[in-house]
Order: sequence, then C-alpha cells, then structure tokens
Amino acid sequence: MQYKSQAVAKPYFIAALALFVAQILFGLIMGLQYVWGDFLFPHIPFNVARMVHTNALIVWLLMGFMGAAYYLVPEEAETELHSPKLAIALFWIFLVAAGLTVVGYLTVPYATLAKVTGNDLLPTMGREFLEQPLLTKAGIVVVALAFLFNITMTILKGRKTAINTVLLLGLWGLAVMFLFSFYNPDNLVKDKFYWWWVVHLWVEGVWELILGAILAFVLIKITGVDREVIEKWLYVIITLTLVTGIIGTGHHYYWIGTPEYWQVWGSIFSALEPIPFFAMTLFAFNMVNRRRREHPNKAATLWALGTGVMAFLGAGVWGFLHTLAPVNFYTHGTQITAAHGHMAFYGAYVMVNLTIISYAMPLMRGRAANSNKSQVTEMWGFWLMTVSIVFITLFLTAAGILQVWLQRVSDNPMPFMMAQDQASLFYWLREWTGVVFLVGLVVYLASFFIKGEEKAAA
Amino acid sequence: MSGTFTTSTARNIFYGGTLFFLLVFLALTFQNEQIIPKRDRREMLANPQIAEGKKLWETNNCIGCHTLLGEGAYFAPELGNVVVRLGSKEAVKAFIKGRPAEGIAGRRSMPQFNFSDKDLDAIADFLEYVSKIDAAKWPPNVQG
Ligand code: HEC
Ligand code: HEM
Ligand code: HEM
Ligand SMILES: [Fe+2]
Repeated sequence: MQYKSQAVAKPYFIAALALFVAQILFGLIMGLQYVWGDFLFPHIPFNVARMVHTNALIVWLLMGFMGAAYYLVPEEAETELHSPKLAIALFWIFLVAAGLTVVGYLTVPYATLAKVTGNDLLPTMGREFLEQPLLTKAGIVVVALAFLFNITMTILKGRKTAINTVLLLGLWGLAVMFLFSFYNPDNLVKDKFYWWWVVHLWVEGVWELILGAILAFVLIKITGVDREVIEKWLYVIITLTLVTGIIGTGHHYYWIGTPEYWQVWGSIFSALEPIPFFAMTLFAFNMVNRRRREHPNKAATLWALGTGVMAFLGAGVWGFLHTLAPVNFYTHGTQITAAHGHMAFYGAYVMVNLTIISYAMPLMRGRAANSNKSQVTEMWGFWLMTVSIVFITLFLTAAGILQVWLQRVSDNPMPFMMAQDQASLFYWLREWTGVVFLVGLVVYLASFFIKGEEKAAA
Repeated sequence: MSGTFTTSTARNIFYGGTLFFLLVFLALTFQNEQIIPKRDRREMLANPQIAEGKKLWETNNCIGCHTLLGEGAYFAPELGNVVVRLGSKEAVKAFIKGRPAEGIAGRRSMPQFNFSDKDLDAIADFLEYVSKIDAAKWPPNVQG
C-alpha cells in the first residue's frame, strides 16, 4: 500500500463480504422453497427472500466497487484520496441504509413499507431489482454522488491513467443509469423499456468498464507487464463492450410490446457481446504468461484468471445460448434465464470483487501476500465456490430445458406448476450444490484468519 | 500489437465508436417511441383503474414470484396472459381472494393479501390490459 488513505477500502471490503454471506443464506432459503413450497411461509414468503438475495448482491457488489475505487485511484493518481473522512462517513451511511432496508423487507409487509416510505409521492418500488423504498433509492444517489465527487477530485489533482479514467467513466455511468429507476410510467411497455436502461446497461455496459479497469490494475501489479500494453488491451475490450452492448439492449425488447425490428437489432448486436468477454479471457491469460515478476500472491492471480474464464462462460456462452430471438421466444423468463444470471453475475462481478479483495487485503494488513497456508485455504474457497456455481448453472439449465419442453414446446403444453414438479430433482441438486457453495464461502472467509509465515510488504 | 496502433489510437476508437453506437441506439429509441402507440394499448389507460392496479401490483411485489411478459421471478406462473388462461377477470379475482393465509402444505404458496373488492377489480383490469399488449405472439401457448 503506497498511500495511507487507500486503507479506507478495508471496511468496504469487509462489509461486502458480510453481505455476500447474507445473500447466499437467502439464496438457500429460496432454493428450498422451490421444492418445499411452504417452507417458512407465511413468515418469509419467496418474494421477500428474493428481494434480500438480489438486493444484497447488488449492494455488496457496489460496496466492493467503491472499495476498489478507494484502493486503486490514489495509487493510480499517485496522490492521497481527496477526503478519507468523507469516504468513511459514506461507508456508514450506506451500510446503515442497506441494513434498515433489509430489516424493512423482513419485518413489515411490502405494501406497508411502500406506504410509510413515501412510495405514493413517486412510485418506484415493486419492480425487479429496483424494489428499494424511495428513501433508499435517494440515499443511493446521494452516496453515489458524494463518492464520485471524492474520487473525481482525487483524479483531477493527480495522474490521469487509462485505468482510473475508465474506472471513473464506469462509475459515473453507473450513477447516471440508476436515475432511470425513478422513471416509472403507468404505461407498462415504457416502464419495461426504460427499466432495462438500468439493468442491462449496467451489467452489459458501464459495469464492464469497472470490471475491465479493476482487472487491468490487478494484472499490472501482479504481472509487472508494461502499462502501455495493458492499457491498450483495456481500451480495446471496452470498445467492444459498448459497441455491442448498447444496441445489444435490444435482446430484451423482443416480447414486451416493443416493435419487432428489435428482434433483428437485438439478436445481431447481442450475439457479438461475447467477444469482449472472450477478449478479457485472452487478456488475463496473456498478461499472466508474459509476466515479468513472480508475485507472491498466487491466490489473487488465480482469481484474476478465474474472472476471465467464468465471465466468458457465464455472460458470453450462457448469454449467447438464449439471446437469438427465435431461441429466446421459447426460453424467455425460464430457468435458463436464472442459470445464465447466476453464472454471469458470479463469473464477472463476484469474481472481480474477490480478485481485488484478494490482492488488496493483505497489503492493507501490512504484507505483500498472505502466508502459504492461508493462500492454499483461499484457493480451496475459490474452487469450491466456482465449481459449485458451474454445477448450479448446469442443474438450472437442465431444469430450464425440461421446463421449456414440457410447458412451451410439446403438443400438449403442461401447466407451469406441473412442469415445475417434473423438474424437482434438478432443484434438489441445485440446493445441495448451493450448500457446497456456502461451505466454499466459509472456507474462503476462514483463510482471512489463518496466520503462518508471511512476506513483508514491498 | 503493431507499433502504429498506440494506446491513444485505441482510446480514440473507444470514444468515437461508443458515441456512434450510442447515437444509433438513441435513434432506434426515438423510432420505438413512434411505433409503440400502435402496440401498447395506451388508450386503455384512460380507465384510471389500470394505473391503480399497476400500483397494487408493484406495492405487493407480485413480480417477486411471478413473471409478467416473461420478466420477473420464475417461482410462479406467468401472469401476462392469466386472464386468458383462467378464462375471465372473475376467475382471476376469485383465485387471488381464495389463497389460504397459512399457505398450502408442501405446495408453493401465494400470500393472502386481503384485498378489498375495489382493489381486486383494479388488479384484474391491469392484468387484462397487459394481456392485450401486442407482445409479438409471445408466450408460445396459453400455459405461459
Ligand atoms: C410468495 C409468492 C407469490 C406472490 C408474492 C404472489 N404470488 Fe400469485 N401465485 C403464486 C404461486 C405459487 C401461484 C400458483 C399457485 C398454485 O397453483 O397453487 C400463484 C398463482 C397466481 C395466479 C393464478 C395463476 C394461474 O395460472 O393459475 C394469479 C392470478 C396470481 N397468482 C396473482 C398474483 C398477484 C396479482 C400477486 C400480487 C398481488 C401475486 N400473485 C403475488 C405465488 C405468489
Ligand atoms: C456480466 C454480464 C451479464 C450479467 C451479470 C447478466 C445477467 C443477467 C440477468 C440477471 C438476467 C435476468 C434479468 C431478469 O431478471 O429479467 C439476464 C437476462 C438476459 N441476458 Fe444476461 N447478463 C450478462 C451478460 C449477457 C450477455 C453477454 C448476453 C448475450 C450474449 C446476455 C443475454 C441475456 C438475455 C438474452 C437475457 C434475457 C433472458 C430472458 O429472456 O428471460 N447476457 N442477464
Ligand atoms: C449458492 C446458492 C444459491 C442459491 C440456492 C440461489 C438461489 C436463487 C433462487 C432460487 C433465485 C430465484 C429464481 C427465481 O426467480 O425463481 C435466485 C435468483 C438470483 N440469484 Fe441466486 N442463488 C445462489 C447463489 C447466488 C450467487 C452466488 C449469485 C451471484 C453471483 C446469485 C445471483 C442471483 C441473481 C442475479 C438472481 C436473479 C436471477 C434472475 O432474475 O434471473 N445467486 N437465486
Ligand atoms: Fe442484457
């Protein structure tokens, strides 16, 4: 760690990991409700568990991105953070707001929560991923703006590299696209159309810039490859991302009342979206192969390579699987979508967060890398979680194929609930694999507490 | 990568390429706004019940279990065409009204929301409106 203020990243990373645990616990509750329908009903109905699962995911990824920015920007800009105090204050505001929101989900009926938090003033709640009360949404905007101010000021007074420029673009894009969550017209078609400007233009747009910048930063540090080479790759990757991903939004406009020309535009451009993910895989492997130093943090290297591979599989391959309109006609809104959502989110955004955490945490704790014993444990966590998500994806894909076949393709279409019963074996397998994922997460977290011989920070 | 393809070339291609495709996307969006009035049944929104129904749909988080035009959660049936599947708005209202508060043993359960008859009418009107949106012949069949 070269600048003292980089240390503000630490509470962000710790809180992110705590929320990750909460996310997985609620995932397991839902996984059980899939096969044991009235488990915890009516105390924690499925929709409530789902809100906690997905919102915890989004919030912890954002926490991780912010931590990453606080760690990486001073080092890239070669100057202390504009205001470490502001960063710490924002951390607490964000954490308390997230905590209160989850307590709200779990303790009062959603309709009551909507009423007491002023949803009538400006109805924005009750849409997938954007379930947060108006107050929370406003809080997110305020925290994001203050955070961006802090980061932008730091970059303005320091060195401007490709990495911190791209990161900043991604973070500003993230905040700007979130503003569309306040637009909720009565016209359902328009509502859905602009809802995707948040969801799709996040994960297949601006978040990829953040992903690329974090990966590039870690690769420079662990491989020692020339900045020039790495930054060129970064620009190529994000060009491919936005050239394909912006119009690729059209793959969500096939069946929601929008014009049919989107079937052509959406299919063509989104079919090209795997290319930047493939470029990222090549990027990670190429840089590691051309490394000029042997960095003692092997675990961080593993996470970086893993991000390259799993993002390509989850977003690229599983995305392509259902993105062409004639295929999507049958798979739209089935377990195939859930399969893709899990591997893509894990492979791209969970893993890049764990990459920067793996790289930065030891440095913030005063050493170049953790002890060998700790790293071996961390790598066990890597493999347990990663192999689990692969199997979760495979089981959901199997359930999805069965669902599509029984409910949508066969001559005698089966009602939804009956088709779900037929897939219950796969849901059980998914749930048990989820338990293994949780074990992997616990092993991963345990690695933070394992001592042993460590190398001092360089 | 060759010597002429420098980082600043790559950067310029990034800004130029992004801007170009962003403008194409905005043009498509503009055209989209011109065409959807023929497909989105906005004239039905003259009935204020539908906006009320949408609000009830949102504030009770129905999307947390169901899909609507294929988007949402995959735990419970698609509702974009439920008025067609169950045959009438009356049947939809009866279904929602009839959910046991304690759920159904062993079966995926839907909460009892204790809606007033007025609320139920609004929700049914909203779901009927959704079923009339021109969704390019999706879903493939009535099972959703
Ligand atoms: C906790 C999950 C959950 C929530 C929240 C939920 N539902 Fe359901 N809903 C279900 C399940 C499960 C079924 C299937 C029940 C069965 O077949 O026994 C269902 C079935 C239905 C059906 C009948 C569908 C059919 O094809 O048979 C309608 C209509 C319906 N729900 C409307 C709603 C509305 C409107 C809301 C919001 C006010 C809502 N649901 C909220 C779980 C939920
Ligand atoms: C890291 C990047 C990505 C993430 C995190 C991601 C995540 C998701 C999620 C969560 C959904 C479900 C949305 C909902 O609930 O309605 C979804 C849908 C979808 N994704 Fe991705 N995705 C990514 C990249 C891609 C790519 C590159 C493609 C195409 C090649 C793609 C194709 C699709 C399609 C077609 C759908 C709609 C599925 C449906 O019709 O039900 N995704 N994605
Ligand atoms: C490990 C055990 C896990 C289990 C059992 C689990 C289970 C589930 C279930 C049952 C759903 C709801 C599907 C539906 O709508 O019907 C869901 C949704 C979701 N989960 Fe998980 N999950 C797990 C881990 C994860 C992880 C690690 C991630 C992120 C990387 C994740 C991201 C998501 C996302 C993005 C959705 C929304 C998907 C969509 O709308 O398509 N889950 N999960
Ligand atoms: Fe998308």
